[in-house]
Amino acid sequence: MLRKSPKNIYIGRLLFKAAESALAVLVGLAAGALLMLAYRYDTWKAYSALFIGAFGDIEGILETLAFATPLILTALVFAIGVRTGLFNVGAEGQMYIGAVAASYAGGIVSMPPILHLVFATAFSMVAGALYAIPVSALKTYRGVHEVVSTIMLNWTAFWLAQYLITYVVADPARAERAVPAAETARYSLIGASLTTVFLVTLAAAGLTYFIMWRTTAGYEMRVVGYSLRVARYAGIPINRSFTISFLLGGALAGLAGASQVLGRPPHWTVFATMGNIMYLGFEGIGVALVGRNHPLGIVLAAIFYGGLLHGGRFMEFQAGVASEIVRAINGFIIIALAVPGLLDIVRSRLRRGREK
Amino acid sequence: MRAKSVRVIAILVGFAALALTFYILQQFGLRPARLLETALLTMTPLAFAAVGEVINEKSGQINVGIEGIFLLSAVAGVYWAEVFNSGFVGLILGGLVGALLGGSLGLMYTFGKADQVIAGLALNILATGLFQYLLMAIWAFPGIHIFPRELVIPRILIPIADFTIAISPVTLLAFVSAVLATLLLFKTMLGLWIRAVGEKPELLDVAGLSVVRVRLVASIFAGFLIGLGGAFMPLGWFGGLVKEISAGRGFIALAAVVFSGLNPVIALAASFLFGFAEGLAYTVVVTPGVKEAVPFHFIQMIPYLLTVAVLALFPTSRRFPRTLGKPYVRE
Repeated sequence: MLRKSPKNIYIGRLLFKAAESALAVLVGLAAGALLMLAYRYDTWKAYSALFIGAFGDIEGILETLAFATPLILTALVFAIGVRTGLFNVGAEGQMYIGAVAASYAGGIVSMPPILHLVFATAFSMVAGALYAIPVSALKTYRGVHEVVSTIMLNWTAFWLAQYLITYVVADPARAERAVPAAETARYSLIGASLTTVFLVTLAAAGLTYFIMWRTTAGYEMRVVGYSLRVARYAGIPINRSFTISFLLGGALAGLAGASQVLGRPPHWTVFATMGNIMYLGFEGIGVALVGRNHPLGIVLAAIFYGGLLHGGRFMEFQAGVASEIVRAINGFIIIALAVPGLLDIVRSRLRRGREK
Repeated sequence: MRAKSVRVIAILVGFAALALTFYILQQFGLRPARLLETALLTMTPLAFAAVGEVINEKSGQINVGIEGIFLLSAVAGVYWAEVFNSGFVGLILGGLVGALLGGSLGLMYTFGKADQVIAGLALNILATGLFQYLLMAIWAFPGIHIFPRELVIPRILIPIADFTIAISPVTLLAFVSAVLATLLLFKTMLGLWIRAVGEKPELLDVAGLSVVRVRLVASIFAGFLIGLGGAFMPLGWFGGLVKEISAGRGFIALAAVVFSGLNPVIALAASFLFGFAEGLAYTVVVTPGVKEAVPFHFIQMIPYLLTVAVLALFPTSRRFPRTLGKPYVRE
């Protein structure tokens, strides 16, 4: 029998949250299996192709990590928002801007090797943060709900990025894509299509943890997220916390875009259709929720979801199931997590079982 | 009701601007009748969704998953239209799929006490994936499906002043739905319950009525209307399915709801203005002279920027039901 020391309670709560996430993932996979059965696909073959492709060998695991990289960053954007009491779904648009900025700074500007990489990365982060300013101003000055304003600005960013890809960062030789990052602005290769940008991403997750849990600004942001009334009573500047949350999110979303240009072989660029970066922002929402809005949980959840994305291609190839079903599974997982009632029922059943 | 009159004046100014635009276009030799037709088509899904969402929010529930219901009811509508070889049957069944999805969200909100914004966002993500999966599973073709032309619901010609315009009967249905929603909310017992359940659910509970049931009815009604809007897009307008079919329209409808202060008729008018902005964008894009001067990318941004601008100019606070977005817990 465990004693109820604060440390044990903390670990117990952690395990319970992990169990909740695992249960939601199982619900999602089961719903996906039902969908496949409904259209008479070979479900077992599909899932085994998916998981063996994603985690079966070193090559697969490295590729999975490459898929996880942008998801970690966009999930951090959403998580920082939730911790501050905001539904910041602007990662998608800010990521487009970051990717185009990276293509510009990495492909058109020329500089000496290491400096170029640092400049291009910083440039895209600043671009992402700048694109978050309107959302932040609309929220703090005019009280516009951030879900509507971010979605509208995501679509604006889509058309802005399309324009920039066609007219500013166009590759004269290849119409189907923007100009790729120069050799001097690329993260070095680790294996498969994983580059050192993954390490930068892990550092960003660590830094986010530090800011949110080890600084005064982060503490204030979390109080705002916990309760506006408490924050107001404690004299915490709420609007400043909102602004920091949005700008930090914008910078991370910009980095997510940059990671696909400066750190993703073989193309090192954005396609004109933006097909290689689209939806990464929205998928981050699911990753953040499965990771319980905590940087460590997010890294683990992103690796799992990156595996689904990478393995989905094997599933499509071997079992003929459209790989987009992975996104539907993600939706089911989030729904399972969004319904605390569902998990409460499980919890009360468990408790009743233990009392007998 | 000062705030309401501000909104009514804003709408009137909007329509005056609209009339001026028509006049200017006519001076340039463009055909405003075509623009009006496009605007009416564009407004239809927005209007259905906005009217439905007004009912939903009156009962204290938010649905940010309109976009997701649009996508799935569009697929369902086309599928059933092909099965029954009738666009109209497809539309109705698409609406019923919307009702099913709205009802499921309602179940999650009431019994599951789900976080409404997260559940709605989840529905959107689910729908974008499921949309493409279903296209592949049903028609074995990725990303796009064009169905036979005969299934598109035929438009009817209506003479206005000195020209005739072709209007989809479904658009007229959208106008009717706004009127019916107003009658439902303000003239019937059920409407009274819906409004009460958003404002003071405990009163309903004390009176011996079921909070859960009233909210479920509201979310099913709302889902049905949103589903009609979703099924209209392929069946009454585009004549096909593509993955970008909803293009943020669900959120534009949500903005119309916020702007309207939960009045179905103002929501309808706001949908028309937003729809007009989009129709104008389409018309301007193909206008010779403009096409070369301004890249179409910037014109495509107009509907989204207008939506944000309207929300920024007319901030809404404390005019919404007290329990909006919160599950009811009996004390």
